[in-house]
Order: sequence, then structure tokens, then C-alpha cells
Amino acid sequence: MRHLSPRTAISGIGELKPVRRTEGVTTLELLMQVSALALQDAGIGSDQVDGLLVGPQVGETPQHVPAMVSEYFGLQPTMSNMVDLGGASGPGMIWRAAAAIAAGQCETVLCVLGNHRNTPAPRSPNRNPAREFDPPFGASGANTSYALLMQAHMDAFGCTAEDYAIIAAGARSNAQLNPDAIFYGQPADVEEVLASPMVASPLHLFEIVMPVAGGDAVVVTTAENAKEGPHRPVHLLGAGEKITHRVVSQAPNLTSGPLKPAMARALSQSGLGIEQIKFLSLYDCYTIMVATTIEDAGLCGPGQFANWLRDNGGMGPEANQPINTHGGQLGFGQPDLAGGMTHVVEAVRQIRGNAGERQIAGCETALVTGNGATMSEAVALVLGGAQ
Amino acid sequence: MKDLSQLDVPGPTKTPLTAPFWENAAEGKLTIQKCGSCGEHFFYPRPLCPNCWSSDVAWTEVRGFGRLKSYSQIWKPGHPGWLPATPYLVGLVELDEGPTLLSHILVEGHEAKIGDRLEFIPQNIGGQMLPCFKNPDNKEEPA
Repeated sequence: MRHLSPRTAISGIGELKPVRRTEGVTTLELLMQVSALALQDAGIGSDQVDGLLVGPQVGETPQHVPAMVSEYFGLQPTMSNMVDLGGASGPGMIWRAAAAIAAGQCETVLCVLGNHRNTPAPRSPNRNPAREFDPPFGASGANTSYALLMQAHMDAFGCTAEDYAIIAAGARSNAQLNPDAIFYGQPADVEEVLASPMVASPLHLFEIVMPVAGGDAVVVTTAENAKEGPHRPVHLLGAGEKITHRVVSQAPNLTSGPLKPAMARALSQSGLGIEQIKFLSLYDCYTIMVATTIEDAGLCGPGQFANWLRDNGGMGPEANQPINTHGGQLGFGQPDLAGGMTHVVEAVRQIRGNAGERQIAGCETALVTGNGATMSEAVALVLGGAQ
Repeated sequence: MKDLSQLDVPGPTKTPLTAPFWENAAEGKLTIQKCGSCGEHFFYPRPLCPNCWSSDVAWTEVRGFGRLKSYSQIWKPGHPGWLPATPYLVGLVELDEGPTLLSHILVEGHEAKIGDRLEFIPQNIGGQMLPCFKNPDNKEEPA
């Protein structure tokens, strides 16, 4: 497999503190605010941005999204696109930005995701097989899909409800070190996770992300440009992507997902083994997603994630391989598609060494995963600090 | 059992291509498409076979038996119209012919388990007869 030389780096990050509800705020406003934070962090002006990657479903803008966002931001990019990979969109933007830079089409790419949460929340606009063949039977979107994946995993390997609850409790515990997290000040132990209401068996409420409004932005540029910035550049060492299906009934496998080949490719490109990765920034829409990802990464065998987590010393900054120190989306909240980008932003903080109270000692490398739809859209990134 | 026929819930968004699946099922015949070129059954309906892309596809009646691959008991439905039916069961049913579909699972008298043998049954949900699944009435299945 082709080795990815560290020609590109992340030089800027921005993140909005999530909120449960917004009123009268447009998504374009939020995207511009979070983008300004990322440019300021990178130490550059908007005149230096010549690439723009945005997400779909940008609130009030159903089509011509890159052009609308460019115009609103006062940009005239030479490369612009929409990345539509659900929760994998954020990580998916990072390697696409690097690829566009390597292709000579631009030099500095702004990757931005976010959304408002004004009432009432809109209903799904799907008029395709995802709408035709599941909802008429009482299936309820993502909750039902991940409940089906979790029940299959439990049944296949004999894992217990407590095993999965460890992940939610670990995320809540990490959130206590992040004042921006939606569950800051609200820890929950395994017992409390299991006592939370059943939503779709075997998923309890605390095993499901809380939807919030917010935004995340990342600046990707050449490794040379990044050296001029105020922070330690964070290089993209490897990337992998895989898409297998859309609706859960069409999943080729219920207990292992497309992150398995995506992570293998990303690690292979980086030349690093999973044991050499210090920080695991793993997409966590539901507890089951983290369990399957730990197993698909090859950290342990199928069904062994809970034993592995215990041996790992939990998920906190002191663990052997810390997981989701920002609280994960289970602790931080899920700002729509920006949720996937929070895992990139936290990895950059940790590698820079400015994660504050939750800083991991000697964090040089991170694995970031993104996951979309029904464990069907996968992107993995390996990030490393500039030497 | 709750009266599912009285629910105010969204039905299928049929198209001319997919209508035979819903219309045949309402009449008690479970039909899916089969490729005349590679021989694979597939679901959901498409104009070409997703396996070999042949246009030689035809509707075929399947036996209507399958196995429960996974299930979930829904307590908090995404659509409020389903609230009166909670908790109810949805599951992934792998048909004997190969394809998997998501459906409403009608179980009476025992708990669902992965691997359960299931049988197709049309069920009125919100005024429409939809292809649901239940435990077989007896162990004697048609050959």
C-alpha cells in the first residue's frame, strides 16, 4: 500500500460550546463563527483560504451549499465541495483536503461542520428505500439501527449490558474534565447508565448521544505553511475509507463494520501499528459503536472489548491508551455532523499538548474514526505531531 | 395485542417499481425480485440486479420463511404515531432465499430470540396491509 508522506498538516481548530437549543440562529452564522475561531487559531486570514469543504443539510441551505457558504464567508475558493458521509464527514474532509492540496488545486482548506437546533426539528426528507422499507414497520432511524447491531453483538459473543455501559460511564467521566461538554457536572456510573430509560432495547438513554447545536472547524494546509503557524503542526500520516451499505437490513455484517478495513488502511499508510497509537479518538454515537471499533481495530478479539477496557485502565487521560478525552459525543453532545469532527479537534489538542486538565502525557499519535448512517460509512485517520 | 390498524403512522412511499412488493404482500403473497442471469434473489426492488447488473430481473414469490437475525423492543419511537403500540418489536429477517429485510415482528406467548424461525403474515398497520413476520403456527412447513 502506498505510504502517505506527511505533506499536509492541521494548523487550526475551532469549536463552539454545544447548546441544547438555539432560537432564530442560522447555521450559516454558526459556521462563520466557528470558522473564524479556526482561522485565528491557525494564525491566518480568510484571504489565505483557497479551499472549502462543507457538510450537507446545512440548516436553511438544501442545495448549492459550497457556493452559499463561500459567498457568506466572503471566499472565492479554487476547490470546494460537500462531504456527505454522516458522522464520518469530518474525518472524510481531512484526507480530501490533503488530496486536493497534493493535487495542486489549493493550499489551505477550511473544513467546517455545524448546525442549529431551532424548534421544531425537521422530519427526514428521505423519499428513497431508507424511507420506504423501514419506517412503515415502526423502525425509528438510528436508535433502532444501532439497537439491532447491539443485540446481534451481545448475542454473538455473550456480552452483558454492564459491558457496554462501561463506555457510557467512561465518556461521562471524561466529560467532567471538559467544561464545554453538555454533561459537564453530570457524571454517571455504570449503575446509573443501566437505570436510565430503555429507548430501544438493549440501548438505554445514556448510551445514546444527546443532539445539540454547535460547530467544529479545521484548517488543513501544507506541512510547510503549518510551520509558520503559532501551534505545533499535526500531520496526516494515514487515512482509510470504506462504505458498505445505507440501511441496517443491507449490512453485510452486524458485528464488524467498514471501519475495520478503513483503520487497517490508515495504519498501514502511517507505518504504525495500533499498539503505537497513544490516543484513540473513536466515533461514539452509541456505546456499541465504540465496542465494535475497539474490536475492529484489532486491540482485542471479538466480544472482548470490556475486558480490554478494564486492562486498559478505563478511558481517561491516565489510561494506557486513553479514549475520547473530550467526553466523546456521549459526554460532549452531538452537534449534528460536527460530532464526528469533535474527535479530530480533540486529537489535535492532545498532540499539540494543550488539552489542559485532561492532557495525555507524551501524546504523539492519535487514531481518529468517523462513522455514519448504520455503521456503514467509515473514515479513519492517523495523526502525528511534527518532529 | 394492540390494534395496529388504528395507528396514525406513515406508510410506505411506493413507486411504480416497488408497488408489486407491497400490493402482493397485502394479498398474502411475499414477492421479491430474482435475477435471471446470476440467479440471486435480492431486496429491495431495483431496475437492475445489484449483484451482476443484469436487466433480466423478475418478481418471484418466495416461501415466506426466514430467521430472526436481530431484534429490538422499541420503547421510545421516532414517530409519535407509534407511541400507542409501545413497546413493540422490530427485527431483521433473513429470508430462506437470502435477502434480509426489516419488519415488524409479532410474537405471542414467548420472548424473541436471535435464530427464531419466522413466517410471513400480512398485518394491518395504520390501515395498510404490510408484510410482517410471526412465529410459525406449527413446525410443519410446506416443502
